[in-house]
Amino acid sequence: MNAPAASGYNFAYLDEQTKRMIRRAILKAIAIPGYQVPFASREMPMPYGWGTGGVQVTASIIGEDDVLKVIDQGSDDTTNAVSIRKFFEKTTGVATTTATGEATIIQTRHRIPEAPLTEGQVLVYQVPIPEPLRFLEPRETETRTMHALEEYGLMHVKLYEDIARHGHIATSYDYPVMVAGRYLMDPSPTPKFDNPKMHRSAALQLFGAGREKRIYAIPPYTDVVSLDFEDHPFEVNRFDTPCALCGASGVYLDEVVLDDRGRRMFVCSDTDHCETRRADGHRGADGDATP
Amino acid sequence: MSAALLAPEADDDRPLLTVSGLTKYYGERPGCLDVGFDLHPGEVLAIVGESGSGKSTLLSLLACRLAPTRGTIRYRMRNGAMRDVMSLTEAERRLLMRTDWGFVHQDAAQGLRMRVSAGANVGERLMALGQRHYGDIRAQAKDWLQRVEIDTDRIDDPPRSFSGGMRQRLQIARNLVTAPRLVLMDEPTGGLDVSVQARLLDLLRGLVADLGLAVVIVTHDLAVARLVSHRLMVMRQGSVIETGLTDQVLDDPREPYTQLLVSSVLQV
Repeated sequence: MNAPAASGYNFAYLDEQTKRMIRRAILKAIAIPGYQVPFASREMPMPYGWGTGGVQVTASIIGEDDVLKVIDQGSDDTTNAVSIRKFFEKTTGVATTTATGEATIIQTRHRIPEAPLTEGQVLVYQVPIPEPLRFLEPRETETRTMHALEEYGLMHVKLYEDIARHGHIATSYDYPVMVAGRYLMDPSPTPKFDNPKMHRSAALQLFGAGREKRIYAIPPYTDVVSLDFEDHPFEVNRFDTPCALCGASGVYLDEVVLDDRGRRMFVCSDTDHCETRRADGHRGADGDATP
Repeated sequence: MSAALLAPEADDDRPLLTVSGLTKYYGERPGCLDVGFDLHPGEVLAIVGESGSGKSTLLSLLACRLAPTRGTIRYRMRNGAMRDVMSLTEAERRLLMRTDWGFVHQDAAQGLRMRVSAGANVGERLMALGQRHYGDIRAQAKDWLQRVEIDTDRIDDPPRSFSGGMRQRLQIARNLVTAPRLVLMDEPTGGLDVSVQARLLDLLRGLVADLGLAVVIVTHDLAVARLVSHRLMVMRQGSVIETGLTDQVLDDPREPYTQLLVSSVLQV
């Protein structure tokens, strides 16, 4: 798919000075894991909420030898993923893939791929709201002071409320984490199922929030700890059945409604993982159905 | 409540708070002029005066919400050292404010998180101090709700569903949960009806006596000052014009303005 880059545009759409500015922000973010670095976010040819932050980060780090994978909810073939992949095919001409193992840059909206990431890979997250304390403390001046002074008791107030209302910590995505024992970080709307994958990951993780103009990062092999209470420890989502198509267990599943009489199936949210397993001969209960 | 936290220090003769020459100008206009006083542990000081007399400015200065033009506020820390509050680092000052000090607002909505439950409101300071055991935090919250006479089965209700008096009591519990030694109060009974006021004052007086709190209470209501305070400061146009024991000032006011203030209270 090495189509020539669209003429009239710089490689990867952004001009080189803009990329340089964003790379500086990324370097600072890597140097201070979990700290939100402000950057001069650009207007991109897509609406806010579609991943303008992630796209700018990817555009700044992508080179001609890179192989790009884009996922939305773990899937390679939903609108958001397809549009962003096409955007980079057009403006860079780099190779794209759906295979996690082949990609050097993976841009994601929610999920972290099931296959373990390796050194040299970069995971780019599209972040809607980078500030974990936003809904508890609306003043940005105050939340910045709280980050500076490491005053994070307020985050536990939210978890306390969860337990008081639901009997357990009901937050299932956007689950707050401490990065490298210092900064409280919002992992963007990834399901908490994926939080443990961030911990000491071999890959570099970059987060871009376009509307909010913030970039933050988790360097490889950094401690990422999900917040919890001593008597209500952090737990990931559990699924009762394995994937209906490939029979995988211990993976994050999506519910698919099959008809209007209550039939449904649970399948891997990571489509590449599911397809790879099925190509290897794994079959689930409903293994011959087409997803 | 652990006894160690409440045990009076050996040298209780020394003041907890020493304020001297405290002055604040809003541009040309004075807000507060050359105010000075000592406050000892367990002492309740009331600041009275008409509106615009500078009492709220003084309280904001004490709470470090305003920077004074001149003057110092010195506080005896738990280790016994007298420190100038303004010279503390921001981190130290914020820690002091949420552990050793309390602030009760006139409008409870300012001092509470209205969207989270009563239990979380009381527990917030504990969590900020690093407590991470849900059961313990909840038990302490329950204990404090009882002490301020709020039914413990309201622990999961947000303060929005509380009456004015309950909100005010919840605000007091939220402040006292870390066993502070100094509490600043801005018209804590303002806006409450008279019977609720009486109950709140009664509760306040009990807590202050039990916990040995030092309190600075700002009020325009002389009856409140009479009920809870030991000493009284009368302010007018930014200056302190009369100071003394509460009963002495109210029974035998010397300044003409204080006489006017005392005589203007309606007798029933």
